[in-house]
Amino acid sequence: MAIYQEKQARVAPSGSKGIVHWLKDNLFSSPTNTVLTILGILFLYSIIPPFVQWAYTDATFTGDSRAQCTGDGACWTFVKMKMDMFMYGFYPEDQVWRLQTGIGLFIFVIASFKFLKSTKLKILILNLYFFIAFVLVNGGLFGLEHIPTDKWGGLMLTIVVAAVGIVCSFPIGIIIAFGRASNLPIIKSVCITYVEFIRGVPLITILFMSSIILPLFFPEGMTFDKLLRALIGITLFQAAYVAEIIRGGLQSISSGQYEAADAIGLSYWQKMLLVILPQALKVAIPNLVGAFISLLQDTTLVLIIGLFDLLAMVRITAADSNWLGMETEGYVFVTFVFWAFCYGMSRYSQKLEKQFDTNLN
Amino acid sequence: MENENIIEIKNLNKWYGDFHVLKDINLNVKKGEIIVVCGPSGSGKSTMIRCINYLEQFQEGSIVVDGIDVVDDVKKIKSLREDVAMVFQHFNLFPHLSIKDNLTLSPIWVKKQPKKDATATAMKYLERVGIADQADKYPNQLSGGQQQRVAIARSLCKNPNVMLFDEPTSALDPEMVSEVLDVMVELAQEGRTMICVTHEMGFAKKVADRVIFMDAGQIVEENTPNEFFENPESDRLKLFLDQILSH
Repeated sequence: MAIYQEKQARVAPSGSKGIVHWLKDNLFSSPTNTVLTILGILFLYSIIPPFVQWAYTDATFTGDSRAQCTGDGACWTFVKMKMDMFMYGFYPEDQVWRLQTGIGLFIFVIASFKFLKSTKLKILILNLYFFIAFVLVNGGLFGLEHIPTDKWGGLMLTIVVAAVGIVCSFPIGIIIAFGRASNLPIIKSVCITYVEFIRGVPLITILFMSSIILPLFFPEGMTFDKLLRALIGITLFQAAYVAEIIRGGLQSISSGQYEAADAIGLSYWQKMLLVILPQALKVAIPNLVGAFISLLQDTTLVLIIGLFDLLAMVRITAADSNWLGMETEGYVFVTFVFWAFCYGMSRYSQKLEKQFDTNLN
Repeated sequence: MENENIIEIKNLNKWYGDFHVLKDINLNVKKGEIIVVCGPSGSGKSTMIRCINYLEQFQEGSIVVDGIDVVDDVKKIKSLREDVAMVFQHFNLFPHLSIKDNLTLSPIWVKKQPKKDATATAMKYLERVGIADQADKYPNQLSGGQQQRVAIARSLCKNPNVMLFDEPTSALDPEMVSEVLDVMVELAQEGRTMICVTHEMGFAKKVADRVIFMDAGQIVEENTPNEFFENPESDRLKLFLDQILSH
């Protein structure tokens, strides 16, 4: 028999941490990796400096006409002068304040959420906001001039389409996911048929159907706003994908959770909404945000049914005879705007994941 | 009142597909009685107690709990589940809710209690099981034994007349078994009706009024703990006791 003394913790040996160690471990750990690292650096060197030179060093930022763009670099004057078009499309200039108020209110609402605890109040405020935003953008109420949807465009249209698509497809997707997971055969098969049908059809087809084929079935003289039709199409399309993602989340919940919820006496809807869905959504966050990012990018397809979103604005503004051939600047700018929105959403999803992680100590 | 049956199971038969999992189960449980059910795995003991609060449906026979017929009827099932609580092998706490919210969920949503009252009740029961200081933590931050005690407190919150335990200590590390059994012994001494599926024979000897041995979907033998362990009659029970008590 033996009894051992308790051992004290020691400092880790030198050379196992620090930047030199990190470089050695991650970039130069073997001859192959060293070669790849050097090739990678060379590649970046051949791409980044010329781009910076074009976009910044040699670029023109000032002035108000093409004549000022004398350098070899980008002519950001174009973007600056056409900013209103990129942002608001053909929205009447004297009414743009309404959109700006809407954005201001949105920032205010989000900021106020930091101080509000009650979820019910938050939902109320959010619903109120959607109503106010709709009135502000669309007009026709409270003495605001009605702006028809064919005047909407640019980033504003992109955001309207994406936001409505996301907000409306979410609850529909949840219901369909519940339906697909339910034991009732008719509800289940209806939901499966819906999902499989929508997923078998490209978004472009659905947009064409909603804008061209659908009106053929309406009675003569009955018109339906083109944007509204596109929104319905996109929402129904997205709902199928949201449903499948949430179904994946639902499947990750153990049967014990259902049984425990049953055993404490919750009804079906209480069980699903209070116990199962919160856990399923937590699992589904990364995929859901991924789907919403794709949706934001897919909104550019509305161009084909004659709606002019942010991307479409590049072609329209560069067709101006004063600014012919400015597509490059336009596309780079639009790329940056899309990237900023998508990156923001992706960061937000990471924040949500952390927030809902209840496994940490 | 003393001898009234709170649970009456008559000719209960259940099949999973073609597999006959429960065969003619007859069992009456008196108010305040402590029943321990044991038997080899696959003998149908869990399935039987899960039928009592209708987590499992059955094809033949009848179960009456506290005057409520256990049948496929939303209202009856609802009042049944307000009366019968269940503690699971794997605790089945809700990982997205704090300990306190786990306990108050059902009182707030099912019994429509004000949040303040529900929280007070929850804290009272957490105190009883000795984890009031963990009320704001999440289930996964607790040890298995603590989680199971929370699960017991959760089931107590609706002040049930009948408590079902489905192998409450089988998923626990050995050093945590006794903390859970201590709580269960206390409950037993309070006079609540309990049916425990467990292999903790010490617990059975200490508190059970009757011990039931099930095998292959049947009740093979039932007796007082003393007789059950000292004078087992059937060969299957003798073999079973040999196997679990030989170490």
